Amino acid sequence: MADATTAGRAHAPSGPFRHFMTSATPGQLALALAITVFLALFLIIPVGTVIYVAFTEKGTGTFTLVNFVDFARTDLFIRSFWNSVYVSAMSVVLASIFALPLAYITTRFDFRGAMLIQTLGFLPLIMPPFVGAVAMLLLFGRNGTVNLLLNDWFGFRIPFMEGLNGVIFVQAVHYFPFILINLSAALRNIDRAMEEAAQNLGCSGFRLFRRIVFPLAMPGYIAGASLVFVKVFDDLATPLLLNVKDMLAPQAYLRVTSIGIADPMGYVISVVLIVMSILAMWVSARAMRGKDYATVQRGGGGLARRQMRPWESVAAYAAVFLILLLVLAPHIGLLLLSFATIWSFSPLPDGFTLAHYGRVFGESFVYVKNTLIYASLAGLIDVVLGTAIAYLVLRTKLIGRQWLDWAATAALAIPGVVLGIGYLRTFYGVQLPDGTPLATLWIVIVLALAIRRLPYALRACYAALQQISVSLEEAAENLGATKVRTVRRIVLPLMAGGILAGFVTSFATAAVELSATLMLVQSNADAPLAYGLYVFMQSAAGRGPGAALGVIAVLLVALCTFASHLIIEKSQKAKGAGH
Amino acid sequence: MPRHYAAAAALIGAALFTGVAFAQTGKVTVVTSFSKDVTDPFKQAFEKAHPGVTLDVQNRNTNAGVKYLEETKANNQVDLFWASAPDAFEVLKGKGLLEAYKPKAEGIPDKIGSYPINDPAGFYSGFAASGYGIMWNERYAKANELPEPKDWQDLAKAVYFDHVAMAAPSRSGTTHLTIETILQGEGWEKGWRTLKEVSGNFRQITERSFGVPEAVNSGQVGFGIVIDFFAFSSQASGFPVKFVYPTVTTIVPANVAVVANAPNKAGAQAFVDYLISPAGQEVLLEPSIRRLPVNPAVYDKAPADYPNPFKDPSLGARVKFDVEVSEKRSNVVDVLYDQTVTFQLDALKAATKAIHDAEAALAKKDNAEARALVSEARDLVAAMPITAEQAASPEITGAFTGGKEKGARQAELEQQWSAFAKERYAQAQAKAEEVLKRAR
Repeated sequence: MADATTAGRAHAPSGPFRHFMTSATPGQLALALAITVFLALFLIIPVGTVIYVAFTEKGTGTFTLVNFVDFARTDLFIRSFWNSVYVSAMSVVLASIFALPLAYITTRFDFRGAMLIQTLGFLPLIMPPFVGAVAMLLLFGRNGTVNLLLNDWFGFRIPFMEGLNGVIFVQAVHYFPFILINLSAALRNIDRAMEEAAQNLGCSGFRLFRRIVFPLAMPGYIAGASLVFVKVFDDLATPLLLNVKDMLAPQAYLRVTSIGIADPMGYVISVVLIVMSILAMWVSARAMRGKDYATVQRGGGGLARRQMRPWESVAAYAAVFLILLLVLAPHIGLLLLSFATIWSFSPLPDGFTLAHYGRVFGESFVYVKNTLIYASLAGLIDVVLGTAIAYLVLRTKLIGRQWLDWAATAALAIPGVVLGIGYLRTFYGVQLPDGTPLATLWIVIVLALAIRRLPYALRACYAALQQISVSLEEAAENLGATKVRTVRRIVLPLMAGGILAGFVTSFATAAVELSATLMLVQSNADAPLAYGLYVFMQSAAGRGPGAALGVIAVLLVALCTFASHLIIEKSQKAKGAGH
Repeated sequence: MPRHYAAAAALIGAALFTGVAFAQTGKVTVVTSFSKDVTDPFKQAFEKAHPGVTLDVQNRNTNAGVKYLEETKANNQVDLFWASAPDAFEVLKGKGLLEAYKPKAEGIPDKIGSYPINDPAGFYSGFAASGYGIMWNERYAKANELPEPKDWQDLAKAVYFDHVAMAAPSRSGTTHLTIETILQGEGWEKGWRTLKEVSGNFRQITERSFGVPEAVNSGQVGFGIVIDFFAFSSQASGFPVKFVYPTVTTIVPANVAVVANAPNKAGAQAFVDYLISPAGQEVLLEPSIRRLPVNPAVYDKAPADYPNPFKDPSLGARVKFDVEVSEKRSNVVDVLYDQTVTFQLDALKAATKAIHDAEAALAKKDNAEARALVSEARDLVAAMPITAEQAASPEITGAFTGGKEKGARQAELEQQWSAFAKERYAQAQAKAEEVLKRAR
């Protein structure tokens, strides 16, 4: 088995793998069918009813590809395409620079407050719509705090938020937790023996990290990085709020939502987004192919935590503090905004007040309740589906199993408003016995959230399963355990960290999702926090209360995240003690 | 027998009661793009005037609201659509999603400014009006030593370069009307020239109407072309902003309509009647709403300096507005603006900056030849790919309606128009830079 644990060196999945993965059991087949039906019903059919327009000819409605030719012939779209590719790639680079030190320091060293840092490092993902961008502009914009001070003191400004670079900056801050959370989970899962073996052979320092630790954590890094790439490629909110319109996702959104113009190009771009997302996932899967990242020993509780020398400690704290300060700036800004009386063209607000919290206190209760219910249900659906899909793809030989993964991933590329319209179109005609349309039930919002956030949970579960050696399952089965029992007693417990990471990501991002929600919310009583926020952020007087609601949302999700980190930490300790 | 009678009487009574009380009870569902600051006072006042009725407000932006009604028409649950943009109502009307209703209110004139208040066919009714103007952040203007603008043309001056913002007309129905008014007032060619000269100074073109006041309030942009109530409500919230109506401005109405097959039609009509009744019109005067009532009598109750379009001719009455012309080319104007300005903003700004610099150099040392070059550059910037006649022609308008007829595809036209603009902006920039080089 020793060779199965070697990382970085490619070897074909031969021998034990092939022997293990014989044809699928009826149970696996049923599971695959159930997932296919779910995805077809809540993703493929609703979206298909909307974007088929991309393939129809104007006037006749017959099938055609001429719209795609138009896409290739239009300078604006080609420029948008390359801008999107560039911004996504650079965002991955910048996000990695933020995430690597945080993940490495907190998992590898005996570092006080590691758990707190993990939680804080997760917060940027919870950027409430609208207010997050306003706060960011108030701090980093052309006339934000930083630039006003720089201009006063030194007479220059730094264009943080201008053009494509602004988008890269904000996206990296916003999405780097994808890398942080997946990479940390992966680092925790590395077998300590690998590292010790390398050290015994005389390897240490950066070489140890570069040759042993990082390669072993690769599934987590790739999972995070590919998510960042695809998410940035498909994100429309940030570019639009920075008034960057020549990127693909904003172009799709602007065209899909323009009133009274029946333009197929919005849907054509949606198709391009979907294809690109699947392509990116395929490339990342290719990059991992032929390598085996699984480690057998699972009791170690991850990498050995080392004491730092004093100067190392100072450097580590300084690095962590600086990164956190930068990535949490939007939330600091949000907090200031929620207490501010007036904040306009000045480094800090004119004065502070509690009035905004007073205004939202009464009505926020129902929003908080709805958000908790919707986001946790969506998160649960996501980890169940994510685990199942990861298992089917990695552990069975079902034909077309990859397509389950790709279909679920494609959800990332579908603009929320397209999914919302698709749901209305598909489910509004379906009536309940009392005559109300199916689409008016709040459960439809949950399903939309679950579909939109499924790729996050899926990547986390996928990475977790990749790190588990199949030989453990073989051992269990050799000892007479059934497949179901093996999954329940061996696979799931070992995946727990990754599953939880997936749940937290799905939950947290579902809690602040707006675009599909805005289509599907039927009454204030069913509305989640993000909708309440949207309602406030449409007027000048609503900025403060909107920020207050945003802070409540962030706190809420942060508490849940912190709790789940506690659970991870505890289970790791328990495992360590049992070792 | 008596029992039967009693039961029958009770039944009839109940039927009568529900019939009579139908307008007075139950839930009235309204889809609106208005913010809480606007809807809350109306909700309270309406529910007070009609005890037993609840107004269920669903906030959606105008685009989402239109799509929502479209997708749910088979089993409609919405009673009212309530928003600013007249074009959204036109689209809904065109798709047969509205039901005609003539409000009971009296004393409402036909026009406010030069724009008709109500849909002539009666499918939607104006309940308030707003004027367009210029809003600016005083701290920003002071820090950058910028003068106060008075008119649209002022914003085209070199000092305002990179300091102005506006919402894209394709995204904001009210901005669209302002643009259309400039085009009708100054004529197609001169109108576009003005628009492009002002647009060349833009810092950003936002995708939401509210994006402009937000940027001005927070000081990210100095000057915004906005609808008046955004500025007034910002002032009411304490932001250091000022507002001015230009000497010629447009007045645009905000509307309400009963949705076809409304589940509570009587309740919906009651709300429309309430909005236009004197009591409802007075709610508009509240500082957090501050819109212009369509009932001239209500202005007697307004504060002294409240703008009154029925008395002040500079508010809308001076401009001519032909609804038919506007409707015919509405999509074309939006797409033209997007393709030649919004998506070419960097190129337009580069050309504008070069022209400003060249003119500054000329001001120091004049030279007839160079002046001619600058004028050529300005002409290049102002050039449009199609004429007013073409913009209203069915060959071109047909590309945007998704109609059944075959013809040019939208994407083809867009590519032609944007290439046309891009090429000329580059030429204009080269000419202006040439002048600058010679001046050195």
